[in-house]
Amino acid sequence: MSSVSLLGPQFRTPNLRGVVAALGLQGPFVSISAGWQEREGELDELRAHLDADVHDLRIYERSERVFEQDTVLRGEHRQRQSDLQEMRELYQLQLTHAKDTARELFERDGSPALLRRARRQAIAALHRLDHAHLAAISTIHREFAARTNLPDRPAVASAAAQIGRYVQQANAVFIAGGHVAVLLNRLRLLGGAALFADKPVVAWSAGAMALTDVVALFHDSPPQGRSNVEVFDAGLCLVNRVIVLPHAATRLHLDDAARVRILARRFAPARCLTLDTGAELQFSDGHFLSGTGSRRLRRDGSLAEVDT
Amino acid sequence: MHAALRALTAHGTPDEAAIVSFLRASKFPLIAADGVTFVYSGDAESVHLRCWISGLAAAQPLERIDGTSLWARHLELPPGSRLEYKFERRTQGKSELILDPLNPVQAADPFGANSVCQAYGYVRPDWTLDDPQARHGTLEELQVSSTALGGQRRALVYLPARFRRTRRYPLLIVHDGEDYLRFASLRTVLDNLIHRLEIAPLIVACTHSPDRLREYAGYEPHARFIVEELLQSLRVQFPLEDTPDTRGLMGASFGGVASLYTAWRYPGMFGRLLLQSGSFAFSDFGEHKRGAVFDPVVKFVNQFRAAPGLPTERAYVSCGIYESLIYENRSILPLLRDRGIEVRYEEARDAHNWENWRDRQRAGLSWLFPGPLWMVYE
Repeated sequence: MSSVSLLGPQFRTPNLRGVVAALGLQGPFVSISAGWQEREGELDELRAHLDADVHDLRIYERSERVFEQDTVLRGEHRQRQSDLQEMRELYQLQLTHAKDTARELFERDGSPALLRRARRQAIAALHRLDHAHLAAISTIHREFAARTNLPDRPAVASAAAQIGRYVQQANAVFIAGGHVAVLLNRLRLLGGAALFADKPVVAWSAGAMALTDVVALFHDSPPQGRSNVEVFDAGLCLVNRVIVLPHAATRLHLDDAARVRILARRFAPARCLTLDTGAELQFSDGHFLSGTGSRRLRRDGSLAEVDT
Repeated sequence: MHAALRALTAHGTPDEAAIVSFLRASKFPLIAADGVTFVYSGDAESVHLRCWISGLAAAQPLERIDGTSLWARHLELPPGSRLEYKFERRTQGKSELILDPLNPVQAADPFGANSVCQAYGYVRPDWTLDDPQARHGTLEELQVSSTALGGQRRALVYLPARFRRTRRYPLLIVHDGEDYLRFASLRTVLDNLIHRLEIAPLIVACTHSPDRLREYAGYEPHARFIVEELLQSLRVQFPLEDTPDTRGLMGASFGGVASLYTAWRYPGMFGRLLLQSGSFAFSDFGEHKRGAVFDPVVKFVNQFRAAPGLPTERAYVSCGIYESLIYENRSILPLLRDRGIEVRYEEARDAHNWENWRDRQRAGLSWLFPGPLWMVYE
C-alpha cells in the first residue's frame, strides 16, 4: 500500500495544494466526489486550487447506472440498506442509555476506587455495544456479498473496469468529503479499496473517514435529538486504529473534559484525531507517520497536538 | 433599582458632571440579574414606559430622581427575556412616543421600530447573524396571476446555495415572507442553517398580502390561491420533491392563522406547519373581545376546534410568554396532538414581534426539515 493523507475540510482555506506539492505528486489526478451526490464532478474550485487537471471518476453516477441496469442488485441493495437502518435504530436506543450512564459516572464524585471500577465497566459496556454493532453490520455486508457476488455482475464489472483504467493512468487519487454513507456505500459497490490500485490517496473530511477502519458519526449540539457519538460502519481500512473527527472544533465540545475522556477511552486503543481546517495526517502502509494541525483526544480529558 | 443608579444617588442629588459621567459609562437600559432599570434623561412633564407585555400595565411611569432631569423605572424581568418598548414623553401638554435615546438597540417592524431591552442572560443566537463562512442562497421574483384573489401576486423565492435543477427540493411557503426577510433575518437564517447542515436545502416562497387582515383571517380565496395557483406555479418553475412531508406552510400572527386554515382546507397537501404566535382566537361561548377584525378568525378557529381533521403530519408551534395569545396557542396543542400530529411547542420570554419569531426559526425549521447533519462532513 502506498501513502495515505487525511486532511481537514477544504472549503474556504484549502491545504490540498500544499500537501500535494510536499508529497511530490504531479498529475494526472483522479478524484472521487461521490459524497457530493448530485454535485458530483463539479471540480472547478478544486482544479483552480490545484492549478491542475483532475478527472472525476463519477462513482455516484456510475453506481446509479449500475442500479438501473441490474434491478436485482438494486433490490438487494435496498433490502440491505433497510436492514442496516433498522439495526442502527436499535443500536441508537441502547447507546443512549449506555452513554448516559458513562456520562453520569464520569461527572460523579465519590470513592475513587469504586468510581474507577464503575467507570471502567461503563466504558466496557460502550465497547461491547459498539463492537457488537460493527459485527452485526459486518454480517449483513458478508451475506449481501455472498448473495450478490458483485465482481461477477456484468454492470459492476464493467464500471469497475472503466474506473480502473482511469486510476491506472493517474498518479494520485483524491477523495472529497460529503455524505459519508453514500460515499462509502458506492465505493464498496464498485470495488472498495482495490479501486485505488496502490496509488497515493489524499482524502478529506468524509473521504478521510471512509478510509479508516471505524467510521464514527458525531455532533454534540444538534438542533434536534440526542448528541450521541455513534459507530456507523467499518470503513475501507486503509488506515487502522484511528477515528478521524472532521470539523471537530465546531461539532464537538472539546472543552468538556468528561466528554473527551469518555470518547478517548471508548475508542481506545484507536486514537481519536481531530481534522479541522488545515489539518493533515500522513500514513504509510496503514501506519501513522506524521501530522500537523490535528489534536488527539486523551484519556485524561485533555487534547494533545499530533506531530509524530 | 440598579446598583449603578443607587451609587449615583447614594450621597444625595448628583451634580451635572456626575450625571454626564454616569450616562457615558453605562449601557441602557441598566441590566441586572433581578431585572432592568429604564432611564430617561431630559426635561419632561412625565415619562412612561410603554411596552406590550400581557399582564403588565401598558404604560408605567418613570420617576424623576429628585433635583435632576433623570427619570428611572425598575422592572422585574426574568433572565433570558426580550422586551420591545418605547417611552411616552409628555412635554408642554403633548404626549409623544419616542425610542429610548440612550439605547442603540432597536428592532424594526412594518410599523417602524422599537427600542429593545435584552434582559440578563439573553443572547442573540449566532445563527441569526451573517456568517462569512456560509454560502449564500439567492432570491428570485415570481409573478403569479391569481383568479382567486384577483390580479397579479408577487412571491420572492429563496433558492439555496448550490441550487441545482437536477435535484429536487422541499418547499416552504411563508406568509408575510417579505417581512420575515426584512425583520426576522429569514435569508440569513436559511443560509446559516443550510450551511451548518441543520436543515435540508429547501426552496422558500415568501408571499406578501396587500390586505393581510382580510386574506389571512380564514379566507377561502387565499387558501385557493396558495394551493391552486402559487403552488402550481412553483411546481412548474422549480424542481420540488412534491410530497406532503416535503411541503410546508409558515406564518406568524395572522400568518399563522392563514397557514393553519390553508392546511385545514386542503388536508394531505402540507405535511409541515410552522406556526408562530398564531392569532388563534376562539370563543367557547358568547362573544369574543378582540374586535371585528378577528370575527372571521374566531369563526374559523371555532370550526377547527369542532372538527380539526388532519391538517398536517408534523407541526412546530411557538408563542411568547408575554403575549396575550399564549392561552390560545396553548389551547391548540391538544387539538393537534390528539389527531396524532407530531408537535414541537416552544415558549419564549418574548412578545408578539419579529425578533421573537426570528429566534425560534432554528428549532422550527430543523424539526420540520431536518438536515443531513449526521451524515455529511464536507
